[in-house]
Parts: sequence; C-alpha cells; structure tokens
Amino acid sequence: MSKEQGKSYSAGVKEYRETYWMPEYVPKDTDFLACFKIIPQEGVPREEAAAAVAAESSTGTWTTVWTDLLTDLDHYKGRAYAIEDVPGSDDAYYAFIAYPIDLFEEGSVVNVLTSLVGNVFGFKAVRSLRLEDVRIPIAYVMTCGGPPHGIQVERDLMNKYGRPMLGCTIKPKLGLSGKNYGRAVYECLRGGLDFTKDDENVNSQPFMRWRQRFDFVMEAINKAEAETGERKGHYLNVTAPTPEEMYKRAEYAKEIGAPIIMHDYLTGGFTANTGLANWCRDNGMLLHIHRAMHAVLDRNPNHGIHFRVLTKMLRLSGGDHLHTGTVVGKLEGDRASTLGWIDLLRESYVKEDRSRGIFFDQDWGSMPGGFAVASGGIHVWHMPALVTIFGDDAVLQFGGGTLGHPWGNAAGAAANRVALEACVEARNQGRELEKEGKEILQAAAKSSPELATAMETWKEIKFEFDTVDKLDVQHR
Amino acid sequence: MSAIQDYKSSLSDVTSRKFETFSYLPEMDTDRIRKQVEYIVQQGWNPAIEHTEPENAMDHYWYMWKLPMFGESDVDRILGEAEACHKAHPNNHVRLVGYDNYKQSKGAEMVVYRGNPV
Repeated sequence: MSKEQGKSYSAGVKEYRETYWMPEYVPKDTDFLACFKIIPQEGVPREEAAAAVAAESSTGTWTTVWTDLLTDLDHYKGRAYAIEDVPGSDDAYYAFIAYPIDLFEEGSVVNVLTSLVGNVFGFKAVRSLRLEDVRIPIAYVMTCGGPPHGIQVERDLMNKYGRPMLGCTIKPKLGLSGKNYGRAVYECLRGGLDFTKDDENVNSQPFMRWRQRFDFVMEAINKAEAETGERKGHYLNVTAPTPEEMYKRAEYAKEIGAPIIMHDYLTGGFTANTGLANWCRDNGMLLHIHRAMHAVLDRNPNHGIHFRVLTKMLRLSGGDHLHTGTVVGKLEGDRASTLGWIDLLRESYVKEDRSRGIFFDQDWGSMPGGFAVASGGIHVWHMPALVTIFGDDAVLQFGGGTLGHPWGNAAGAAANRVALEACVEARNQGRELEKEGKEILQAAAKSSPELATAMETWKEIKFEFDTVDKLDVQHR
Repeated sequence: MSAIQDYKSSLSDVTSRKFETFSYLPEMDTDRIRKQVEYIVQQGWNPAIEHTEPENAMDHYWYMWKLPMFGESDVDRILGEAEACHKAHPNNHVRLVGYDNYKQSKGAEMVVYRGNPV
C-alpha cells in the first residue's frame, strides 16, 4: 500500500523540511548526489534551507497543488540527507542532496543542469548558493557519449607518446588576415609544437572569415608535417552563431583533412557541444574544448558552480581536451584543487578527497578521459613545474611564451620543445624537477641557442597574486 | 640580447626531419639510453624495439625487432636487443618502446639510434 494513499488535498504552504529533509535516508548507488554550499537568509534554519534547495531543484513548488496527488512524489523528490559545517566559515554550510535517477533524461547534461542549477539559484530563502560537487551514478554515465576519442586514441592518431604535448594560441587574437594567420601557425609548427590553437574570440569575423582561415592553416599543417616528419594539428574553432553553421564549418574542416576542431562549451552551450562531440566521434575528428565564461560561474566561493562540476559536465557532454588552468601562470587556480579536477577529467575512478575539494567517489566506468590543457601566461621557466603538476596526459600551451621569442615563433617553439623534452628526460631519470629545474634547463640550453635566448627573455617574470577562490579550510 | 638568428629548417634540408619524443635533444649516448630503459622497467611496461628506413618514418607501423620483451626487467638484455637491431640495420632509425598494457598505449617511445636522414 503506497504512502500517498489516504492523503487528502489541503491547499496552502507547508515547511519544506517536513517533506524534503531526510537525515535517515541512505543514498542509493543510482542516485545523483550533490553538495551545495548554502548561506541562508537570516532566521532560516539550516535544515529548512537545505530542504528548500532539495525541493526547488527537484519536485517542489512554493505551494501545494492538487496534481501532486496524481503521482508518487515521494519517489521523485530530491532528499536533503546531510548537513556539514564549512571549515573557516560561520554562516555557510554544506547540504548534501540525493536525487533519484529517473528525474533526468538519459544522456542529457542539459536536463541535469536545468534541475540542479536552475531556478533554485535565485531562490529567496538562500542568500547565496554554490554547487560544489556532484556524484553522477555510473548508470547515468553510461547513457552519455563522453569524449569523442579520449587520451589513448588521440595519442595513437597524433603519434605522441611519453610526454605532454605542446601547443600555442595564435596572437594577436583579433585582426589578422587569414594568410598572415596561417604564417604564424606554420612558424610555430615547424619549430616543434604539436598543435596551434584558434583564440576563442576567433570565429568568423569580417577581418578573417572562417573559410580562408581553414584553408591557409591546413597548408601550414601540411608543410610543417613534411618539413619536420612529425604529426601536427591546429584547433580550428567551429564555435558559431547557430548549430547549422557550426556543423558546416566542422564538415569543411573534415573535408580538408584537419585532425582536430575546437568548441567553446559554455558560451556555445551544452546542446551544441554534445551534438558536436557526437559528430566528432562519427567523423574521426578530435575535439578541443575551451571554457570561456567559466569564471563567471565558478570564481565566487559562495555562489555559482564549482569548476570541478563543470569539468564533470564536459566529460559527459564530450571533449578530448579541456582547459583546466595552469596553477603557475597568470590565471586563477589553487594547486590541490586543480589536481582534483584534472583527475576528474582524466582518470576512470576518483576517490572522495576533501583535501582536493572532492566530495564524492566518482566512477566513470569505461568512459574515456580527456587531456588537461594548461594555457595562459606560461613560459619555459615554468616547464619543470608544469611537467610535475600535469604529468604526460596534458597539452601545455605557450602563447606569448612562443610568439614572444625575440627570434620569432619557430625559435620560440623550438625553445619550448627542447625545455619540455629535457624536463621529461630528467623526470624519467628520477631527478626532482621542481628542485633541479634551473640546472636542467641551463644544461639543455647549451645545445639550443633558442632555449638560451628564451630563458634570458623571461627570467624575471613571476605571477604571485593570491587566488580568490581557495579550498574551504580552517584558517583561524 | 644577441642578434636575431635564422631558424634553419626546410623541406630540402634532411636534417630538419624529427622523430617525435626526445628528437629535439642531442642524440642519446649509451648512458642516457640506459636510464630510459630503467625508467620503462620501473614503470612495469613491456619494452620493445622497432626500426624503419628513415624515408618511412612517418608510418604508424615500423618493423618489429623480434617480439616485445614481455616482463623483461634485465636492462642489459634490453639494451643488447636495441644494439643488435642497430647493427643489423645501421642506416635505419631504431626506437625503444614501453608498452603500457593497462592503458593500452605506449607509455614511452623514443628513437635511440638515428639512421641516415633522407
């Protein structure tokens, strides 16, 4: 006999916690789990605010409606099952909520996010709200396509083993003609980079329409491959105003033999991204993912969506590369926290580890992992730290650190390649890169005037601003 | 700052051809090769030796020298096979591979004897 049977309809507003606060609930393996950081409005008890978030992100609305009684809401509702203090904060706390799997359409990141981070974020009972982490049940993971190819297949296609790959974003990011742009690409690739990248702002503006860019870049790739005997690629950005236009550009990239294309998954949107990832899988095309707009969502420590959640969503939606921050460059990123979401992108099973901001065990099953991309304000002197932090399954992208070399892009590329290989060789020999980095680079520079000059150019540059979004730790 | 130097690389200059990992460093001597073999063994990877005519270096498949040395941890034996391959094919590139059977990929791959460039 169902619990609902015998209930009668009574209009009005009742407290959320009567229905949605269930501290005795034991989450099922098939449940979605979410950890929210909540700062409630003054006077709202913790359990009530947690229950309100569970309600508003699942079945609830502000008042009772008669149609509630046509279904078994106890089956479909989200359940707030635990509350914890946030270390170092008096007013914020973590609320853990479990959602039954049948709330979500199979294979739809869009549907998951619309519930979990939908209207609830504007809800009056909470002053601020942040989705810190989610546990995606393996049963749901297996309904998603995930990365079109993944790390292992990309290594095989590009023939790159035993080291991180090297890239560079072409600058200036706006204003070059297609032909001059292709020149910059060619110089980087012949100097020893594996990839170059369209800047995210480059789509198809009047100064350089996509078609000319694609044609000139492809000539650059072909010539650099013939010249160096190595496989090369350029992330052709197919981010476009409409899905139809996006697919048109993707089809042309395939037609001319490009190995990889690129998409901005947040500004382009998850529907476009998931569709493009499926197209890439069907067409043997690698997919690089940029994350413009992420800081709008993830930088405020009390409100928004943590990047580890955005990482998980991208892995489900699909992408072979994802920008993850550098730890050492000009952009934001705490080291332990970054290592946490890098694992979430690359590994097949990630254990709960609060010291890295990971709240749940996450099982990815057989879903491939993607390469972590470190890009932004990095140069040869950062190489020992980057190789240590990121390991082999990463793309290290030096924009200014390649193009800004006093002898030009090819020399800048060669400097980075020599520095990278010297660091990887030393690491394999058991040397400690972050301690001995200077000696390792200086020794390598003896046979590379390009590296010697790069080291001279950038030796004084450091980035020592404090990160704004730190892990929550007791600091008093 | 020193004067600008030209980057010497062209289609007609065969020394411009590279062969992926470690090919931007000076050619390895025996001591350096030994350390990379030790690394492969420490990782638990399966060492293998392959070779090719330099003109076919861009092919995915090079010639296997015998079979991968599954479970082999004797560094001298592995070095010996690399050297034997080099002696049998002195004009070819010879590469050392570390097969990672868990990742179904190569954990390491590097040319340890460089053939005559073409």
